[in-house]
Amino acid sequence: MKEEILIAGFGGQGVLSMGKILAYAGLMDNLEVTWMPSYGPEQRGGTANVTVILSDSPISSPVLDTYDTAVVLNQQSLDKFESKVKPGGTLIYDPSGIHHLPTRTDIKVVPVDATEAAIELKNSKTYNMILLGALLKCRPVVDIDAVLRGLKKTLPERHHHLLPLNEQALRKGMEMA
Amino acid sequence: MEEEIRLMKGNEAIAHAAIRYGADGYFGYPITPQSEVLETLAELRPWETTGMVVLQAESEVAAINMVYGGAATGKAVMTSSSSPGVSLKQEGISYLAASELPALIVNVMRGGPGLGTIQPSQADYFQATKGGGHGDYHLIVLSPSSVQEMTDFVALGFDLAFKYRTPSMILADGIVGQMMEKVVLPPQRKRRTEAEIREQCPWAATGRGDRKHSNVVTSLELDSAKMEENNLRFQRTYNEIEENEVRFQEYFTEDAEYLIVAFGSVARICLKAIEEARAAGHKIGLLRPITLWPFPKAAIRRLAEQVKGILTVELNAGQMIEDVRLAAGEAAPVEHFGRMGGIVPNPGEVLNALREKFSVEL
Repeated sequence: MKEEILIAGFGGQGVLSMGKILAYAGLMDNLEVTWMPSYGPEQRGGTANVTVILSDSPISSPVLDTYDTAVVLNQQSLDKFESKVKPGGTLIYDPSGIHHLPTRTDIKVVPVDATEAAIELKNSKTYNMILLGALLKCRPVVDIDAVLRGLKKTLPERHHHLLPLNEQALRKGMEMA
Repeated sequence: MEEEIRLMKGNEAIAHAAIRYGADGYFGYPITPQSEVLETLAELRPWETTGMVVLQAESEVAAINMVYGGAATGKAVMTSSSSPGVSLKQEGISYLAASELPALIVNVMRGGPGLGTIQPSQADYFQATKGGGHGDYHLIVLSPSSVQEMTDFVALGFDLAFKYRTPSMILADGIVGQMMEKVVLPPQRKRRTEAEIREQCPWAATGRGDRKHSNVVTSLELDSAKMEENNLRFQRTYNEIEENEVRFQEYFTEDAEYLIVAFGSVARICLKAIEEARAAGHKIGLLRPITLWPFPKAAIRRLAEQVKGILTVELNAGQMIEDVRLAAGEAAPVEHFGRMGGIVPNPGEVLNALREKFSVEL
């Protein structure tokens, strides 16, 4: 098993932390993992992306040309990365704010309106967990329990009361995909 | 602390590894993309546990001179920075080499020259392997390509530095500094006691005690005949290091018709390209120097006799290629592919370079 995943959007949408939770979940499942951020002077509002690779064998390059799965959260990222999804791969996107829809027919395209769903959950910070849920529904590369354990590891203890809400968001995302 | 499996950035791993090695001191000044080293040390507060000193100096120059002072007393001390900051440290590094002091210097390279960019680069290869500061000296230069190696090379760097009484450098890049991977942290080692330092480092300025003479640590020697003697002694040490400490790793070289030579994170990008080429039946191999100095000359010479061509891939305009060409001699043509200014090539670009330089049909 090897899954090469890209997550891309605006800084502040939780792109890097979503990748981090996924990487931790891989660690919990005893997989090899790499998490490679686009680091830079970007802050909230700029673009951010992260490449996460999960594999049951050693991982060579953390830098990739193409991806099995891409989660894109704004128009710029969609324009940039739609063509980088491998044929037969999966493209998950949030349709809010997207004017030019994806056009490829050789990949699985999954719209997930996580912006709307986060409003329903009354917490905009659940946004990335909804998308992670959707990703795991489409590509069950790690166990949801591993994600929850990974989340517990990455979340500082003072925020552990938010774990049930995050689980709810994950499950909502799974239903939506 | 026991051995532990964690997920962390290369920079964070350096900090954890330094504490677990039983390092006595870290002196640094923040700069992207390696600021997490100092940040992580500040967060872990080792001064409360192992007694390790962690100090944010007023500048890179101050930090390297603090390292000089600590090293002169036999302590295991280190600093870290990124390219422009490491340039500032060069005077101090030359003094460390001339005073035959062990120390560990970490450079998480970013794009230069000048203040440049904060994105990954390997353009400090010349600076690291050919001296960097003034005078005839070498550093032992280790090139990590994974977060695990960022961890392991802290201990290796310190051990080699003390074994040969010469500073060593971990020459990393922004990719291994910033990426997170699974890493096995070694168990905690005890810091050496004053008595152990006195015994293991008889040259160190530890106080005269019952010794008949004072240990004086200096790089100054105005008597040219004595200074030449010093230089000859340094060169004997460098020869010994070249004989004993060359490290490298080969991938798919047994039947290789073409060879890529690449170091650090770039070696892994090349490995991915090679995996794809191999899947299509093309016999390409990879040699990854782990020590950039001493350089794996003999291994490259051996492979040059075997292959039709060698491609070096570097995040610079072509620096390591000079050492590869020297090693290969006339045995095989050596070509370069590089990106600069913080741009990182993907595996596809490496395959393209092979096609272009050697007309390989991939």
